[in-house]
Amino acid sequence: MSYEGSTTWRKHDGRARALRYLAIVVAIAITALSWRALDIQYTFVVDAPRNLGDLLLRMYPPNLAYGAEILPPLVETINIAILGTGLAILISLPIAYIGAENTTPNAVTYALGKFLIVGTRSVNVIIWALFFVVIFGTGALSGVLAVAFRSIGFVSKLIAEGIEEIDAGQVEAIRAMGGSPLDVVVYGIVPQIKPAFVGVATYRWDINVREATVIGFVGAGGIGVYLDTAINFFQWSNVLTILIAILGIVIVSEVVSAYLRKKVS
Amino acid sequence: MLTITDLEKVYPTGDKALQGVSMEVDGNEVVSIIGPSGAGKSTLIKCVNRLTEPTSGSIVLDGEELTTLSKKELRKTRRDMGMIFQEFNLIERLTVMENVLSGRLGYMGSWDAFRRNFDDEDVQNAYEILDRVGVGGMENKRVDELSGGQRQRVGIARAILQRPKILLVDEPTSALDPETSFEVMEMLTEIAREEDIPVLINIHEVELALDYTDRIVGLTDGEVVFNGTPAELDENARDTIYRSGKSREETGTESQPQSQNESASSGISDASKEKSF
Amino acid sequence: MGSADPERSGGYPSSWERPTVFYSKNIKYLVYGAIGLFVLWSAWELRPSPARLIGGADAATSLLATMFPPDFTPEARGRIWTGMVESIAMSIVATAIGVVISIPIAVMAAENLVPRPVYYVGRALVSISRSLHELVLAIVAVVAVGLGPLAGVIALVIATPGFFAKLLAEELEDIDEGQADAIRALGGSPVQVLLYGVAPQVIPRMIGLIIYRWDINIRASTIVGIVGAGGIGVTLLNSFDRYEYDFSLAIILAIIAVVMFGEILSAVARRRVQ
Ligand SMILES: Nc1ncnc2c1ncn2[C@@H]1O[C@H](COP(=O)(O)OP(=O)(O)O)[C@@H](O)[C@H]1O
Ligand SMILES: [Mg+2]
Repeated sequence: MSYEGSTTWRKHDGRARALRYLAIVVAIAITALSWRALDIQYTFVVDAPRNLGDLLLRMYPPNLAYGAEILPPLVETINIAILGTGLAILISLPIAYIGAENTTPNAVTYALGKFLIVGTRSVNVIIWALFFVVIFGTGALSGVLAVAFRSIGFVSKLIAEGIEEIDAGQVEAIRAMGGSPLDVVVYGIVPQIKPAFVGVATYRWDINVREATVIGFVGAGGIGVYLDTAINFFQWSNVLTILIAILGIVIVSEVVSAYLRKKVS
Repeated sequence: MLTITDLEKVYPTGDKALQGVSMEVDGNEVVSIIGPSGAGKSTLIKCVNRLTEPTSGSIVLDGEELTTLSKKELRKTRRDMGMIFQEFNLIERLTVMENVLSGRLGYMGSWDAFRRNFDDEDVQNAYEILDRVGVGGMENKRVDELSGGQRQRVGIARAILQRPKILLVDEPTSALDPETSFEVMEMLTEIAREEDIPVLINIHEVELALDYTDRIVGLTDGEVVFNGTPAELDENARDTIYRSGKSREETGTESQPQSQNESASSGISDASKEKSF
Repeated sequence: MGSADPERSGGYPSSWERPTVFYSKNIKYLVYGAIGLFVLWSAWELRPSPARLIGGADAATSLLATMFPPDFTPEARGRIWTGMVESIAMSIVATAIGVVISIPIAVMAAENLVPRPVYYVGRALVSISRSLHELVLAIVAVVAVGLGPLAGVIALVIATPGFFAKLLAEELEDIDEGQADAIRALGGSPVQVLLYGVAPQVIPRMIGLIIYRWDINIRASTIVGIVGAGGIGVTLLNSFDRYEYDFSLAIILAIIAVVMFGEILSAVARRRVQ
C-alpha cells in the first residue's frame, strides 16, 4: 500500500495525513505483534509453499473411479442442506413472527425474538454439530439439526424483515370484502412475503450446501466424513476428487439458487 | 339504504375523528363526502364496514344494525359492502383475474380459495366486468405491471364482482392524474348506476364531487356542516367546509334537512338498471 | 348480475387458470409432488427412529446438566485466554496477508481493467476461494504444514480472496474511467494507471472491506482449531473429547462474546472510515 501517501497529499491537511500514517504504523505493529504471538517457526513458513505444492502433486491426478463412490455422500450433503433449511424455516416462522415489529405481541416477545435471532447466528455450524453428535450420535440427522440451528438467526431475521414490509392495505382489502382469517393469510399476506420467503430459503440453502460439506469432520454426515477418512488414510487422489466434487456442488447450488430467486421476484 | 346516526369515533390517541355524524344513503344515489384532509372522511367510511370500530352511534344497512354484529356476522355483512381504496389495496403480486375474483372470497370455502377454485359463473362475470371497466384482456397480467388508472379499474371490478348492496369508496382518484381521475369517476358512477348500487364516496377534489355525485356531505372536524345537492354548494357552503369550523353556527342549519333532497337526485334512468351483468 | 343473460355473458369463458412458470398445472403438480417425495425420502434416509429420538432426549438432558454452570474457574479462564489470543492473532495476520494476496486477484477479476483471459482466471480464483469452506481449507492445510496456527492462517488467507477480491473487484468495476484515462494519456504504465488513476478512488471502500473481512476472519479463526488448525477451536474440541461440557460452554460463551465484540467493533470502524 505504498501509494497511500501519494494520493492523500492534496486532499488532506497535515494533521489528517499524520493520523493516517499513525493508523498505518499501528496496524503494521499490531500485525507484527500478532505474528509474534502465534510463535510460528520461520522454517515452517518458508517450507509451507513447498509443502502445499508437494501435497497438490501427491493429489494429482484425481481418482475418477472414486468419483462414482462419493456420489451418495454428495447427495447426502445436498439433502442435509435441504432438510436443514426446511427445518430452519419451520422453526424460524414463529421466531420471525415475534421478531417482527408489526406482528410481535409485546415488548418481551420482541426482545426474545431478537435474542434468539442473534444467539443462534453467533454459534458456528461446526459447534452445533459437535453438540448434536453428542446428543444423537454420528450421522446425517445430527448434521441436519446443526445446519438448521445455525440457520435460524439468518432465516428468522430476513423473514421478519419481510413481514415488517407488508402493505397493510392489502390485508385490509381482504378483510373489507368479508374474507376469513385464512383468506387474509392466503391472499393478503402470503403473496406479499413469498418472494422474501423463497429468496431466503434458496439463498440459505445455497449457503448451507457449503456448510454441510464440513460437518462431517465431527461425524455429522455428508461429504466431510469421506474427506476426513481419505485424509486419515493418505488417499491423496481421493482427497483431490472430493475437493473438486465439493467445488462442483457448491457452484451448481449457487447457480440454481440464483436462478430460483430470479424466477420468483 | 344506509343510515348513520350520531356516529362518534375517538381514536386511542385521543383524536376525536367523528363527533356525532348523522347521514343517509338511499336508493341508488351517489353521495360524496368532501372536506379538508383530517376531517374524518376515511374514518367515517371505515366505520361503516368496521375496519375501524366506531366508539358510539348506529349504522344501519338495509335494516341491519352493523355496530353490534359479532365477528362472524360482520364477515357475512361485509360481503354486501364493496370497498374501493385510495391506494387501490390490490394484491400486487397476484394476477388481475385473481384480484377481481378475490371479490368472491366471502362466498367461498377457504380450501377453494386456496386452490383458486372459483365458480364458473364468477369467472364469466369477472371477464365481463374487466371488459366493462376497460381492462379486458389483461386478466393474466400481474397487478404490479399496471398503471395507476388500470389498477383502480381493477379495484372497481373487484368491488362490483362482490355484488354489494353499497359501494364504499375512499378517495379513489387521489393517487391518479387529473385526466385519469375524471375517466375513473365517470366509469365508477356509471357502473354503479347500471348495477343499481348506491355509493358513498370520499372525494378530495370538489370538482369531481360536483360533476359526478347526486348529493354532497361536507365534513369538517368530524362534524357534518353541509348536506345538499351539488347545486346548493355555493361559495358560502364551501367556505364553511374548508375554513375549518368558523361560523359553523350559521351554516350548521343547512345540514338539518338531511334526507329531503334525496328523492330529487335518485331518479336515475331506469333503463340502465336492466343492463345488469 | 346476470350470467342469466345469455347475450352478455355468452362470449366470456367460464374457466380461468392461473398462468404458471411451469407449462401447465399438471406439470406444476408433478414438480411439487416430486419435490415432496424427494424431501420425504431424504428425511427417511436420516433414520430418525423413535428410539433414537428418545435416546437423544436423554443425552440432551444429561448434556445440559453437565454444561451448567459453565466452567469459568481461573484455570479455565487462562486456557480460554490463551486460545482466544491465538485465534485473534491468527485472524489479524491472515487478514493482512490475505488482503495483500487479494489485491492483485481483485485487479485480475475486474472486467474493465484487464484482458479477457486474465479476467477469467481472476474470476476462477475468486470462485474457488469462495466455494471452499474455511474448515475444508484448514483440514487440507493441516495435512500440508502440520497442526497449529500456521495451518489456520493459511486456511484463512486462502479464504480471503473469495470475499475480499470479489467485492474489491466490484468496486474497481465501478470506478470513474476518466481518471484512469487521464493517467494513460500522460503516458503512464499500466502499474502507474492502477496506482494513480484507480487506487485513489477505491481506497476508502477498500479499508472498509478490510475491516469487514477481519470481522469474518475472527469468526473463522475460532473454529478452524476443530480440525487442528490452532486457536480456541482446539481448546473447544479437547473439552468435548474429555466430556468437559461445562468448559465447552464457557468456551462457546467466550467465542460468542468475541464474535459479537468483533462485529460491533467492525461496524463502528467501518462507519468512521466511510
Ligand atoms: N389510526 C389512527 N389512529 C389515531 N388517529 C387517527 C387514525 N386515523 C386517523 N386518525 C385521526 O383522525 C382524524 C381524521 O382522519 P381521517 O379519517 O383519515 O381524515 P380524512 O380521511 O378526512 O383525511 C385525523 O385527525 C387523524 O389524525
Ligand atoms: Mg382520508
